[in-house]
Amino acid sequence: MAATLRDVTTYDLKLAAPLAAGFVLFFVTPLVILLALSFQTDPQGGHYGLSQYVNFLGDRFSLGVLGSTLWLGVKVTALTLLLGYPVAWLHQRSPGWARGVIMLFVLLPLLTSVVVRTFAWVVILGRQGIVNASLSWLGLIDTPLKLLYTEGGVVVALAQVQMPLMVLPIITALSRIDPNLADASSVLGAGHWRTFRKVILPLSLPGIVAGCLLTYAAAITAFITQSLIGGGQMLFMPMYIYQQASTLQNWPFAAAISIVFLVAVLVVVSIFNALGRLSRGYANA
Amino acid sequence: MSKPAISNTAGRRIDLDALSFRIVMTGIALLALVLLVAPTVVVIWVSFTSGYSLKFPPPGYSLRWYVELWNAWQLQFALMNSLKVAAWATGLSILLGVSASLGIARSPTLTARVLDSLFLSPLVLPALAFGLSSLMFFSMIGVPVSPLTLIIGHTVVSVPFVVRNTVASLAQMNPSLLEASASLGGGRWYGFRRVTLPLIRPGIMAGGFIAFMASFDNVPVSLFLRDAATDMLPIRMWQDLEGRLDVTVAALSGILIVATIALMLAMERVAGLSKRLT
Repeated sequence: MAATLRDVTTYDLKLAAPLAAGFVLFFVTPLVILLALSFQTDPQGGHYGLSQYVNFLGDRFSLGVLGSTLWLGVKVTALTLLLGYPVAWLHQRSPGWARGVIMLFVLLPLLTSVVVRTFAWVVILGRQGIVNASLSWLGLIDTPLKLLYTEGGVVVALAQVQMPLMVLPIITALSRIDPNLADASSVLGAGHWRTFRKVILPLSLPGIVAGCLLTYAAAITAFITQSLIGGGQMLFMPMYIYQQASTLQNWPFAAAISIVFLVAVLVVVSIFNALGRLSRGYANA
Repeated sequence: MSKPAISNTAGRRIDLDALSFRIVMTGIALLALVLLVAPTVVVIWVSFTSGYSLKFPPPGYSLRWYVELWNAWQLQFALMNSLKVAAWATGLSILLGVSASLGIARSPTLTARVLDSLFLSPLVLPALAFGLSSLMFFSMIGVPVSPLTLIIGHTVVSVPFVVRNTVASLAQMNPSLLEASASLGGGRWYGFRRVTLPLIRPGIMAGGFIAFMASFDNVPVSLFLRDAATDMLPIRMWQDLEGRLDVTVAALSGILIVATIALMLAMERVAGLSKRLT
């Protein structure tokens, strides 16, 4: 009896076989080849060793690129959290129609082409762009400020591009909080700031952690925005990999950088996942 | 009652506290919303310029760059390629992704959990590293890059969106509906077609929509897996923008934005898109 019941409500695991086979062939195998190639000592092949990794880890320039990429992610994530949390909070306490408008505003960057979004920032931050035009119209500056091709420009543009990834999980987390808890807190005499700090913020931690994970991973791999807003002088990991692989045709070294970058991303993802488990335990306690 | 003075000062303190909290939070939220929407508004605004550059504010307004799009055959060619690849990748993603989701969604086995993580992993791995590794793979087995390799690569990065949304829909479905269907004499295929599929259809559509956008917008995979004859739209636009700030690109961006908003609103209506993303 139990067996027949299970039969109608679940589907055969074999249904996953075609996609699983496709992933093993076209996703796992290429990554294994990438790993194998990263141990080749010279582009012509033949000898295997750790020389590509030694080259990367012993080179100040390469380590600098890795460091600045990881640090860029931290800055973007911090700014996105600072700006995105209030948006989720406002969405949560708005009437129905305003929620719809806020949601449209939040989803728009997520679904607009990344080239278009980035292109808009070039127009805004350029020498003849909106920021410079407004500042000189107000008489605050005589010569245009350099905003494009600076790290600050990259951070602001990435924060806008990735903000939906931060806002959406926080909205989910906020919607799960029992509103009675905030009421209880204020009845017991806590002010709004205190209630926010002691009740709302801790309970929304799972959403914050999920949002930070997605934002961070997207920010450090955002190839287009990094290269168009950052220009030629600023080099981050994705462009570094592309230059080595495409322009210089140095595949073993490109493979080694890719592996280093992949490992860095995976380490960050696991840290965030561990934090996420901790925060869920905390929010459910 | 006995100490009105204290409750009075407490009340005022709480008011100031409430006011400062709301002003700060609402203020930052409004600033963030302006930041979110500004680039879209700017692109549409500047695309109506009559000048030759993206100077702001525009010297005058006209539709000339939209008219110019009729002759921009390079952009049109790239647009058609991107639409074709995205359509193939989305079709394959839905076919393989929905089937796989059915297999793993209600299965408690370890295999199902491992497959779930595997199918979602392209979401967090840097796409550029995957693009490079695919190129190495295809060149190692002697397959030259072609529209086919492009579609395979795009499917790998698009399928997670379909799997994620379909698995979520299946998890919300009440399994007793299928038992009811079976006890009334409906076969398995009948139960799938008349019970499961209608219930998970909004999830599949939302996932398929996001998968399409992800493929249409993809640069890192296309950079490595396209052949010289297959120009993809985001790459063409990116190269045009790196060379010179072309206003035709702004006009095309304007059209893409309007099309995206229209699609988004349609998907909101039929699939409740925003509920599925949160």
